[in-house]
Amino acid sequence: MVRAENVHKSFGHLEVLKGIDLEVRHGEVCCVIGPSGSGKSTFLRCINHLEKINAGRIWVDGDLIGYRERGGKLHEMQAKEVAAQRRSIGMVFQRFNLFPHMTVLENVMEAPLRVRRESKAQVRERAIELLDRVGLANKVDTYPGQCSGGQQQRVAIARALAMRPKLMLFDEPTSALDPELVGEVLDVMKNLAADGMTMVVVTHEIGFAREVGDSLIFMDGGVVVEAGAPRDVIANPQHERTQAFLAKVL
Amino acid sequence: MSTDVTDVRARPEPIKAVPVRHPGRWVSIAVLAVLIAMFVHVLLTNSAFHWRFLKESMFRPPVVDGLLRGTLLMTLCAMVVGVALGAVIAVMRLSDNPILRSVAWAYTWFFRSVPRLVLLTICGNLGILWSRVEFGVPFDTQLGKLFGISALHLRIGGFTSRDVFTGFFAGLLGLALSEAAYMAEIVRAGIQSVDPGQGEAAEALGLTRGQTLRRIILPQAMRVIVPPTGNETMAMLKDTSLLIAVPVTYELFFQLDAIGHKKFDPFPMYVAACLWYLVLSSLLLVGQYFIERHFSRGYGQQARARMRLRGLAAEQGGGGEGIAT
Ligand SMILES: Nc1ncnc2c1ncn2[C@@H]1O[C@H](COP(=O)(O)OP(=O)(O)OP(=O)(O)O)[C@@H](O)[C@H]1O
Ligand SMILES: [Mg+2]
Repeated sequence: MVRAENVHKSFGHLEVLKGIDLEVRHGEVCCVIGPSGSGKSTFLRCINHLEKINAGRIWVDGDLIGYRERGGKLHEMQAKEVAAQRRSIGMVFQRFNLFPHMTVLENVMEAPLRVRRESKAQVRERAIELLDRVGLANKVDTYPGQCSGGQQQRVAIARALAMRPKLMLFDEPTSALDPELVGEVLDVMKNLAADGMTMVVVTHEIGFAREVGDSLIFMDGGVVVEAGAPRDVIANPQHERTQAFLAKVL
Repeated sequence: MSTDVTDVRARPEPIKAVPVRHPGRWVSIAVLAVLIAMFVHVLLTNSAFHWRFLKESMFRPPVVDGLLRGTLLMTLCAMVVGVALGAVIAVMRLSDNPILRSVAWAYTWFFRSVPRLVLLTICGNLGILWSRVEFGVPFDTQLGKLFGISALHLRIGGFTSRDVFTGFFAGLLGLALSEAAYMAEIVRAGIQSVDPGQGEAAEALGLTRGQTLRRIILPQAMRVIVPPTGNETMAMLKDTSLLIAVPVTYELFFQLDAIGHKKFDPFPMYVAACLWYLVLSSLLLVGQYFIERHFSRGYGQQARARMRLRGLAAEQGGGGEGIAT
């Protein structure tokens, strides 16, 4: 579903990603852990082309992201085509990024209405169904500012799901939440994984990674230091840096 | 010794303390009262005000006509054009295209530097530059010469400057172009005040750049844009009195001033102008209040207070929301 080959990314002189390889199969949950500044968010943003990569290739569901290969040459995609590619990739942010001037329901309806041009009644019905799925059927007419952090993040998940994505990217979805609200968001994500959604999850929730993840990668300094089955990596880290990191977060 | 925690304690007596005195307040009230009394005394006893003459002149047809066409209509048109053009320039200023960016910069630089009075005078005299304005292929005569055709004219229409660059249109041109420069800065500040995460979230959903700007960024920027735009509208209302430089004569202040000079009694007319501008500005304030309220949906004290109440109710009643199944 997702394949990354030797992905490099620099901001000016600062090289943030130094050759990342990744393979996530259909229906798999891949968890990404690593210390702050190791490039986890940057890599996630590269997958839906919010950041342009400097070298390497990323494919999602067989399509090269951000470029088209024609006659052995890479052509940059038009903004419209990039937007079209992003429609099948949902993204959930650390700080929710809900649209504060729209109600919860309007937040979920916005993209399908504007982008897919479906009928309003249909979109509305599906939006309510999705909000019900994340346990917020009673919040449809409130504004995001009136919701708790956990509720906002669940709305953000519903908003991403409204585009019927094939892949969901989560960037530390619970690290801006009060501890007692983390569980409700993780539960929604567990259900999503159980339904067979392909997910790449940057997280500090080691428990979640162990329970739900099919694979785990540990990133540090812009490279993948260690990868494998979550249980093995967590219980028996091979690399010294992984050991040091896990000792701190466990 | 242990105390029973469920013991109901006697309610302490309410505090009865001597409040802090504020002698400064009483002094300032006294001073203000004297000043206000002096002012009212002047208004009532000084014969130079000629209140009756003032009241009659305020509603004379040419004055009212000047108020409607020269002041109100011009303010409305100049602001509509100014805001629209200003928004375009602001978007140009923030674009990735370096040419658009510098054009927008040059525009705001020029029109913010030239005083409106000067600008209006120039607009009123554009006829000196071009006696006739025509639309068509640029440099057609020169191109014609290049290919050996004499007097080549590729034009689809035009107008005589004297018919257009006088009066209302020239005034509108000057005021709107100048206003656009100020609005561009205001809109730019508004767009930049929106959390960049908003644009990212919209783009991650697959919205195009244009949709993101129109649906997500601008509505949120409006909260920052509206209050200074209210100021701009008020300034524009007052600056219509500069239209005399074009010259536009059907304008509130020019008409009142003319009556004052004709009757050799200008002062009451100046007071009348003040009164009219006060009334118009007050109306604008009311309008601004409602517009601001509209664009603060999802923000503000009320929303937060409601949320706190809900949170409380949820804590006590257990709430009504389960986790996804
Ligand atoms: N737009 C940008 N411009 C310049 N530098 C950036 C930009 N975005 C990220 N960086 C830098 O790239 C590095 C990696 O950032 P990134 O956000 O990917 O780290 P992270 O692993 O997600 O960390 P965290 O756990 O704190 O979120 C950091 O040093 C950061 O300062
Ligand atoms: Mg991050």
